Amino acid sequence: MRKLFFNSIFIIAVTLLIVSCGSKAGSKSEKLAGEVLIDGSSTVYPMSEAVAEEFRTVQPDVKVTVGESGTGGGFKKFGRAETDINDASRPIRPEEAEACKANNVAFLELEVAYDGLAVMVNPKNTWANDIKVSELKKLWEPDAQGKITKWNQIRPEWPDKEIHLFGAGTASGTFDYFTEAIVGEAKSSRGDYTASEDDNVLVQGIASDELALGYFGLAYFENNKDKLKLLPVDDEKADNGDGPILPNLENVKNKTYSPLSRPLFIYVNSKSLERKEVQTFVSFYIENASTLAAEVGYIPLNTAEYEASKKRWSDFLSQHAN
Amino acid sequence: MNYSVYKRLVDRSFDIFGFVVSLAGLLILGVFLYQIAEKGIGRVDWQFVTSLPSRFAERAGIFTALMGTIWIMVLTAIFAIPLGVMAAIYLEEYAKRTRFGNILEINISNLAGVPSIIYGILGLEVFARTFQLGNSLLTGSLTLALLVLPIIIVSTREALRAIPLSLREGSYALGASKWQTIYRLILPSAAGSIMTGVILALSRAIGEAAPLIVAGALVYVPFAPSSPMDEYSVLPIQIFNWVSRPQEAFETNAAAGIIVLLLVTFVLNGMAVIYRNHLQNKHKW
Repeated sequence: MRKLFFNSIFIIAVTLLIVSCGSKAGSKSEKLAGEVLIDGSSTVYPMSEAVAEEFRTVQPDVKVTVGESGTGGGFKKFGRAETDINDASRPIRPEEAEACKANNVAFLELEVAYDGLAVMVNPKNTWANDIKVSELKKLWEPDAQGKITKWNQIRPEWPDKEIHLFGAGTASGTFDYFTEAIVGEAKSSRGDYTASEDDNVLVQGIASDELALGYFGLAYFENNKDKLKLLPVDDEKADNGDGPILPNLENVKNKTYSPLSRPLFIYVNSKSLERKEVQTFVSFYIENASTLAAEVGYIPLNTAEYEASKKRWSDFLSQHAN
Repeated sequence: MNYSVYKRLVDRSFDIFGFVVSLAGLLILGVFLYQIAEKGIGRVDWQFVTSLPSRFAERAGIFTALMGTIWIMVLTAIFAIPLGVMAAIYLEEYAKRTRFGNILEINISNLAGVPSIIYGILGLEVFARTFQLGNSLLTGSLTLALLVLPIIIVSTREALRAIPLSLREGSYALGASKWQTIYRLILPSAAGSIMTGVILALSRAIGEAAPLIVAGALVYVPFAPSSPMDEYSVLPIQIFNWVSRPQEAFETNAAAGIIVLLLVTFVLNGMAVIYRNHLQNKHKW
């Protein structure tokens, strides 16, 4: 009886201890409410969605919403301080930064992951095993329209067969990025190719056409490996990896897969920093970006870049939060 | 072959041609429905309908998008139906054939042909920014209400015009005023046909994604809206997002989402059709 009494006292004490510890831990990361509004690039969307989804497990009462009105459309809202965070698949343009300034919006640019653009052919294509940046330029520049139509015009040893091109639609950030990296000027491309904003359409096209060549986000290759053949790209510069380089996690991360890998950004609005929930969310974003990037098919930053982001964020925070 | 046999042959072959053409339309629809059903039916379950969006295809659900769609439909109906029907009554029964009346009429017919994304831009500027309604359900439903208003007005006018003149004359002969005639006689008699127009209009609104994306509908919304001022997503936007994902499992989700969207449309239309038949049976002349 006595033993039982002591036992029960012991159990109650332990329970109390656990409960008090629990409540202590709870007060340490205080419960926040309110909302965080995110909009912008549909390429970055899966990243932000993943972070928002995970954030719910930590702060279930903060309403994080994510839209995808495109990098440019998102910056229009961001410049008017209608959103807290803008997802972007390219850096902010001068005129967009100008608009932010006009509305007294200061912002911070943070890299959250990398995306590689993959150049792809059909698996039945036996001749092409790599491609040079200069060849891609010759093939995709506006002057090529109607002229470069056969494989052997790119490289003489390739067959005298038609080449069928697939690429991003003109409204997508992928199109801007590819043309800028390959042709040298954003939005300057030949027009006689099958264009789609939906990369899955391009996957289908290339997978069913022996003479196809196309480009799209690396994540789409990862999920269709059996239907496509990836071409290593040679930028003909020895200083960042010699010869043709395959776009994979390692090569994008150490930047030898160039010029077809791009950073993905989030832009944080200084006006939103008065709100604790936005601060907490952005910190959470940076901390979890590397694990979540891999999960949604993007390539995480390396440790140094990640530390640099963290540093810039805390500087920005101390500068703008009261 | 004499002339009348020849003519009959022409008649018969056009009959067959017409049948084949309408069958082709149905066949394409059938193939489409079959493919969607084959791909998505296994995914439609209680978990799918009640879950929040997620980066894991098998965990993702359409709860918030479904709620958003229902909210949007109800609000759009509340704004568009009374406005559309009243405008049609005015134009059909009261408006004089003046210059102003003509301009009004031309504008309404033109509005029916304006691409939906233009309404989205209008909604963003007027409702979201000028009226400060932001990314709310109210902005979205007001935008869609504008979009379907011309359809309701045009079909309501047709319905009013189809009421036989003898009916009005009978009413006037009994000493009823114009408003009494419209309210007690014309409107109830035309209600069935008006409902048909409303069904068409709302069926169009339920499938719209473009104007809502512009007017501020989001994709990831982890909560069901609880007031007209809340942020929202709708089914077409969620489906579109899933279709463009790299992972194949999301395509299954998209197919399942399409099935749910079709079901919601059928249920809404079915209720409206039943109500319409009920109205039509009540008023016969």
